[in-house]
Amino acid sequence: MTEIIKKPFNVREIREEFPALRQEIYGKNLIYFDNGATSQKPQIVLNAINKFYSKENANIHRGVHFMSQKATTEFEEARKQIQHFINARKAEEIIFTKGTTDGINLVASSYGELLTAGDEILITAMEHHSNIVPWQMLCQRKGLILRVAPINFKGELIIEEFDKLLSKKTKLLAITHISNTLGTINPVKELTQKAHAVGAKVLLDGAQSIQHMKIDVKDLDCDFYVFSSHKLFGPTGIGVLYGKEDLLDRMPPYQGGGDMISRVTFEHTSYNELPFKFEAGTPHIAGGICLGTSVGFLNSIDLDGAQKHEAELTKYAEHLLDTFEGLHIIGEAKNKTSVISFTVDGIHPFDIGTLLDKQGIAVRTGHHCTQPLMDFYKIPGTTRASFAFYNTKEEIDLFVEALEKSINMLK
Amino acid sequence: MAILLTIQEKQDEIVSEFEVFDDWMEKYEYLIDLGKDLPLIQEELKTEERLIEGCQSRVWLNADFNDGKMQFSADSEAIITKGIIGLLIRVLNDEHPETILKTDLKFISDIGLQEHLSPTRANGLNGMIKKMKMEALKYIQH
Repeated sequence: MTEIIKKPFNVREIREEFPALRQEIYGKNLIYFDNGATSQKPQIVLNAINKFYSKENANIHRGVHFMSQKATTEFEEARKQIQHFINARKAEEIIFTKGTTDGINLVASSYGELLTAGDEILITAMEHHSNIVPWQMLCQRKGLILRVAPINFKGELIIEEFDKLLSKKTKLLAITHISNTLGTINPVKELTQKAHAVGAKVLLDGAQSIQHMKIDVKDLDCDFYVFSSHKLFGPTGIGVLYGKEDLLDRMPPYQGGGDMISRVTFEHTSYNELPFKFEAGTPHIAGGICLGTSVGFLNSIDLDGAQKHEAELTKYAEHLLDTFEGLHIIGEAKNKTSVISFTVDGIHPFDIGTLLDKQGIAVRTGHHCTQPLMDFYKIPGTTRASFAFYNTKEEIDLFVEALEKSINMLK
Repeated sequence: MAILLTIQEKQDEIVSEFEVFDDWMEKYEYLIDLGKDLPLIQEELKTEERLIEGCQSRVWLNADFNDGKMQFSADSEAIITKGIIGLLIRVLNDEHPETILKTDLKFISDIGLQEHLSPTRANGLNGMIKKMKMEALKYIQH
């Protein structure tokens, strides 16, 4: 494949693409540092949403008319774009879901049907509730055992402990690629090899990795990879489950309905082939198409440069935050992404978040849907600033200034 | 002797106190001061039964009924929430349960703090107001 020469990454130019960043909140310029929760959308995606509903809206996969065929083609083109974006072997391996949570639930319900009492599922102590609760529910239903690999205080997986928990009984390793609370990047390629060595399948929760690094599912060799469009600068309500074809073929359908069948009688139903077997009902057509647009947008920019910029922002912010007395960064893994969670002695994160908001700065406060992780650190929650490539050092300066002001008010 | 204000007058008083603030930060500074100043509840009353679980910060509420009137005390882990609780207690304390039940706590939106009452805000405040009204309901004369 020929590599297209891209313009070097330039944050000023990128920002121009994101209209949401150009607004005032409480009379201050918005500083959006809640990218871990969701990302803003580039104009090209907004235009695509508008265009779809203005001109192309039709149901897909069944209409003989022009608009339906056009929408079907675009939807399936988006699937192919996503396939190439994560380097899957086939478009059939790309299942459209509602998002990461939906993808995990699909695997828990469907792959879970292939498991029997006594089988084990291994997760880690840094998982999002979405990668805990579906497995707990499955374990209850099928008599499986959930194992949790512990982490150290820096927020890194303890590999020796992980190794001890992995056994022939392990049927699935479900692990976050990047922790949404700590920013820790897990060594998922190595862990996948270890899991495969004992015969376990691997699900990677890609909710926080798809937007920060090049994902190559062939290279990672994971069996499942799940992510949400909205964290990848695309629309909400749509996401992707990648699964290896042979595995998806062996799995029973998740939900029943239209589109997922090949023939229905009252006595018997035969199911459609991949990927449609897992896509019951009318999908989020505009969402899928516009996620394709978002992927196209990302393909057009210098992502290596963008990642470098994100790393610089993180380093810069951590350096400035280090000077704050009583401030503790939660999550100091050697290998981490652009997430900074912190606590301040004697001050509740809710108060910090509220005051930052009034100064135009959007951060996340609370337990970040990782309550077991909060229990591990014995804290009620953190304040989390999470950066995307469209954020700037100047914004970090303003954030640090606003944080200082907030802390002084609350002390 | 202090003049007893009606529940509406107490709300109006708070609204006029907040009118002097030009910007959000001043408003919050005042709330934080209220939160810092008020010893709202005795430590031994911060029990599981009095806890209102919020997603982000927890709130404790104690209710008493004396001489036909309600007395509340409460606390929160978050100081801004505590400040708002201080205002609520100022309005609702020493009122008859009937009055509490029929009062629209309009002052909260009048001073621009309605966002703190949204269920998604998850600071326990919404649950606390509900609990205050439930407590008042217990003492309604049938």
